[in-house]
Amino acid sequence: MTDTLHEPFHTDPSTDLSTHVPLTKPQLPSIATTLAAAVSWGLAGLPALLLSWPIAGWVVVGWILFVLALPTWSGLIEGGRKAVDRLVTILVWSTFALAMLPLVAVIYTVVERGAGALSVEFFTASQQGVLGEGGGIYHAIMGTLIITVIASVISIPIGIMAAVYLVEYGKNNRLSRTLTFLVDVMTGIPSIVAGLFALALFTLLLGPLPRIAIGGSIALSVLMIPIVVRSTEEMLKLVPEELREGALALGVPKWRTITKVVLPTALGGIVTGATLAVARVAGETAPLLLIAGTLRGTNFNPFDGAMQTLPVLIFGEATRGGLAEYVPFQIERAWGAALVLIMIVMLLNLLARVVGSLFSPKTGR
Amino acid sequence: MKTHTIRRAVLPGVAALALALSACSASNEGGDAEESTGGVEAGSLSGQYTIGGASSQEAAQLAWTTGFTEVQPDVTMTYEPVGSGGGRENFIAGGYIVAGSDSYLTDDEGELTDATERCGGDAPIQIPNYVSPIAVIFNVDGVDELNLTPETLGAIFAGDITEWNDPAIAETNADADLPDAPINAVHRSDESGTTGNFTNYLSVRTPDTWTAGEVETWPSEFGGEGAQGTSGVVSAVTDGQNAIGYADASQAGDLAVANIGVGDEFVGPTPEAAANILEVSPQADNAGEQQLIFDLDYNTEESGTYPIVLTSYMLACPSYEDQAEADVAKAYLSYILSDEGQDFAASEAGSAPLADSLQEEALAIVETISAG
Amino acid sequence: MSTIQADPAPPSDPLQEEGSTGRAGDSIFRGLATGAGMIIMLALAGVAIFLVLQSIPALGASGEQAYGADNIVVYIWPLLFGTVLAAVIALVIAAPLSIGVALVISHYAPRRIARLLGYLIDLLAAVPSVVYGLWGRETLQGWVFPIYDWLHDNLGFLPFFEGPVTTGRTILTAGVVLAVMALPIITALCREVFLQTPVMHQEAALALGATRWEMIRMAVFPYARSGITSAVMLGLGRALGETMAVALVLSASGIVTFNLISSQNPSTIAANIALNYANASGTKVNVLIAGGLVLFLVTFAVNFLGRYLAARGRAKA
Repeated sequence: MTDTLHEPFHTDPSTDLSTHVPLTKPQLPSIATTLAAAVSWGLAGLPALLLSWPIAGWVVVGWILFVLALPTWSGLIEGGRKAVDRLVTILVWSTFALAMLPLVAVIYTVVERGAGALSVEFFTASQQGVLGEGGGIYHAIMGTLIITVIASVISIPIGIMAAVYLVEYGKNNRLSRTLTFLVDVMTGIPSIVAGLFALALFTLLLGPLPRIAIGGSIALSVLMIPIVVRSTEEMLKLVPEELREGALALGVPKWRTITKVVLPTALGGIVTGATLAVARVAGETAPLLLIAGTLRGTNFNPFDGAMQTLPVLIFGEATRGGLAEYVPFQIERAWGAALVLIMIVMLLNLLARVVGSLFSPKTGR
Repeated sequence: MKTHTIRRAVLPGVAALALALSACSASNEGGDAEESTGGVEAGSLSGQYTIGGASSQEAAQLAWTTGFTEVQPDVTMTYEPVGSGGGRENFIAGGYIVAGSDSYLTDDEGELTDATERCGGDAPIQIPNYVSPIAVIFNVDGVDELNLTPETLGAIFAGDITEWNDPAIAETNADADLPDAPINAVHRSDESGTTGNFTNYLSVRTPDTWTAGEVETWPSEFGGEGAQGTSGVVSAVTDGQNAIGYADASQAGDLAVANIGVGDEFVGPTPEAAANILEVSPQADNAGEQQLIFDLDYNTEESGTYPIVLTSYMLACPSYEDQAEADVAKAYLSYILSDEGQDFAASEAGSAPLADSLQEEALAIVETISAG
Repeated sequence: MSTIQADPAPPSDPLQEEGSTGRAGDSIFRGLATGAGMIIMLALAGVAIFLVLQSIPALGASGEQAYGADNIVVYIWPLLFGTVLAAVIALVIAAPLSIGVALVISHYAPRRIARLLGYLIDLLAAVPSVVYGLWGRETLQGWVFPIYDWLHDNLGFLPFFEGPVTTGRTILTAGVVLAVMALPIITALCREVFLQTPVMHQEAALALGATRWEMIRMAVFPYARSGITSAVMLGLGRALGETMAVALVLSASGIVTFNLISSQNPSTIAANIALNYANASGTKVNVLIAGGLVLFLVTFAVNFLGRYLAARGRAKA
C-alpha cells in the first residue's frame, strides 16, 4: 500500500531531468466515460436487437461490457491504479442505480395498477354490502387516521418528555443510561412483536380474541415512542448551552427555560422527527392485523370492536379468497389502496422536510 | 410566544379529526342503526350483530349478510372470518348469536358440552348451510383434462409421484400429452378446513400413502409448495409451472379442474355432484333431532357424486334468553336456507346449494328457534 | 402535548416571579419528564412480561394445538431457521450494496446532489412493508422466474440452487424484498460513519497522490469498520422481524432446507404468525405468541450486539 502511494514521486530514470519532467501522466479525455458507455451499450444493442432480448438483458450485457471496457482502456493509458479507481467508481455508482431500481419499480407499478381504482366512490364509500366491483376504502382511511392520531397523541408527549429527561435532567446518570439503552432496544422491536404485546394485554383485559382499535394505537406507540425520543434527543443536544445558561442566569426557573427557550429552539427538528415517526407507523400492518382486525364497514369508535385500516385492507384484499370473477376487483382495490397509502406516507415525509427547513433554528448555524 | 407555534401545529390536526369524525359516514352506509332494545316484533328487526367463524365461509356469508339487508333493512350483520375454532369459541362465550364452522361440534375438547351449556342446557342446533366442492386444480402445459384415481391423487400430494408422465397418471389419461416435468404440488400453508376435508378424504381412501390422517395444517414432511389462503393456492398454481393444487371450486376461475375417480367413473366438481354427497352420507353418531351433521361417505360408488367437499355448518341455539337475538338468529338462518338465499350465495360466492330435501329439513329445525 | 403547553403563570417577567412557583413548577416538570422515562421502561417490561405470560400455556401444547408438531420447540425451530436464513440472504445482498450507496452519498456524489440522493434512499425506507409485499407477490415473483431458471441450469450443482424451479415465490425472493427494506437502514448508518471519518487523513492521502479508491481504502474503511459491522447488525435486526413482505411473497412450507429456489421453502416466525393468526383460537394463539417471544429475544440480542459494537466503535474513534 505504501509503495503504491509513493509511486507518483518516483521519477522515471530514463527521463532526462534537465530537459523535461512530465508532471502529469497521460489521462483519458473527459468524455471517456460517456464514450465507453455509449460504445458498450451500443455493442450490446446489436445482438439484443437481432436476438430480441428483453430490455433487462441488454442493460446487463451493456453493463458488463462497460465494466470491462473503461478500466481496460484506462489501464492501457493511465496505468493500473487509475484503472482500479475507475472500476470501483463504476461499481459504487452501480450499487446506487441498483438500489434505486426497486423504488422506481414499486412506485411505477403502484401508480400503473392503482390509478385506475381511484374515483370519488373509492374515497367516500366503504366495503359494506359490496360483493364484487365497487365500494371504496373510506372506512380504512378513517381507521388509519383515527388509530394513527391516537398513537401520536400517546407517543409524542411521552417521547418528547423522555428526551427532555435524558438531555436536561438525566445528565448521564444510571437511570438515563438505562433509558438510552432501552430506547435503543425498543427501536429494534419487530412490529409484529408490538402487536403481540397489545394482543396479550387485551386478552388479559377482555378475554380471548380481542379486536379493539385502541390496542392498535398502543402497539403503534411502542414502535413510535423510541423514534420520537431519538430524534428529539438529537435536536435538544443541538441547542447551544449558552441559551440555557443565559436563561438560568436571568433567574428563569429551569422548567420555563426548557419550555420557553430550549423546546422552541429545537421545535423544527422535533416536528420533523415526530412527522417522520407518524409516517413510519402509518404504514404498519402486522400489529393492526393482530389487534385492530378487519371490518368491511366504518367504525369510528376506537374502544369497541374491529376497525379497518389501509395496510390491513391491502393485505386482506390481496390474500382474500372469493368468487374467481371478483378477484380482479379485489386486487385492483389493493393496488388502489396501496397508491393512497404511499401518497399519504410520501406527503408526510415531504411535510417533515418542509417543516424541518422552515422552522430550523436561526441561531447562527 | 413560542409555545403558540406548537399549539398552531397541533390544533388544525385535532380540529380536522373532530370534523371528520362528527361530519361524515361512508356514502354507502345507511343511517345510524340503533342498538336493538329487545322485544322487537319479527319482520321489523333492527340492530347490529357480529357473527363469525370459518374463513372458508367468508364469501358465502358476505353474500348472505348483504342479501339479508333486503329482507331486514335495519339489521346490519357482519361476518368475521376468525376461523372455525374462533367462531366456536366466540359462540360458546356468547359473543356470536350464530357461528359458522367447517366441522360439527364434538366433545373431543369439551366444545359440545360447553356449547350446550351456553344454550341453556339444550344441544345447539347444527345445520349445513351449503356444500362447497374442493376442486383439484392444475396448470400443466398441453393438458386440458385430467382423470385421477384417489390413489394417484394421494400419491401426488404425498410426494410419491413426482413426474407428470408417471405411469400411474398416464394409465387413466391415455389421451393426454403428459410432459416429462416435475409435479409442483401446491397446498395451503395456513391452517384450514379445506386442508382438513381434503386430507380426511385422502386418509380414508389411501391410508397407506397418506399416513398423516386428517390434519388442518399441512404436514411439512409431505413437501410441496405452500401457499397462503385459497387465493394463494389459486395464484400459485396459475403462476407456477406444471402445478397442481386443491381449492374451493368457486375460486378455481379459468384453471382446469381434475375429475376424481368414484366407482368406475371420473366425476368433476359440479355443484350438483357435490350436493349429492350429503344425500348418500350417513348422519354423525351424536346427531339429535336438531342436528343435521354428516360423516361423509368417501367410499361411495354412487354415480354422479363428487366426494371431496367442504361441509359448512351453522351453529345456533334452540332457544335464546333475549327475544331480539332469537328473532334475528331465526330470521338470518331462515334467509340463508331459503331458495332466495341459496341462489344468491350460489351466484355471488359460487357455493353449491343444498339439495331440496336437506333444505326443508334444515328449515324445519330453524323454525323451532324460540326465546325464553 | 398538554404538558408542554402548560402555562399556569401569566406571562410576566420571570425575574419578578416568586421563587417558590418556579421551584414547584420545576419539580412537577421534572416529575413529568422522569415519569415519561419510566413509562418507556414499563412499556418495554410490559412487552416482555405479557409475552411471557401468554406464552406459558404454549409450553405444554402438542399435536393439534401445536399445528401438528410434537411440542413447541419442534414447532418453532424450523421457523427460527427460516427467519435467520431469510435475514442472512437479505444481508448478503444488502450489505455490499448499502456500503456502495453510502459511499456514493458520502464521497462520490457532488455535495448538492448527495443530499437529494440521500432523500431518495430515505424514500426507499418510507414505502410501507405491505406495499413491498404486494409488489413482490404480484410483480417481482414473475421477474425473478427466468433468473432462477438460469441459476438452476448453470449453478444447479450448488445445494442452494438445486431447484426444481416451479415458482417465483421462494425464500430467495423473500430475501431480495427484505434486502430492499434493510438497505436504507444500513445505508443511513454507514453514511453517518463514513462522514465522521477524520477529514485530515483523507486530505492527506489525496495530497500524497492517492486515487479516490485508495484514499477510501486507507483513510475511511479502517475507521468505519466497527460502524459498518454495527450497521449490518441493525439491518439484520430489521430483516429478522419483518412480517408482511415475507407473508405476502413467500410460499412457505415450514421445512428446513438450504435450497433457495425450490417450491418448498422454510417459513419465518413473523410471517407464520401473520398467516395463521386469523384462524387461530385457544392454545394456538399462545403457540403463536411463544413464537413471537422467541423472535423478540433474537432481535433483542442482535440489536444489543449492534449497539454494543457501535458504542465500542465510537469510544475507539
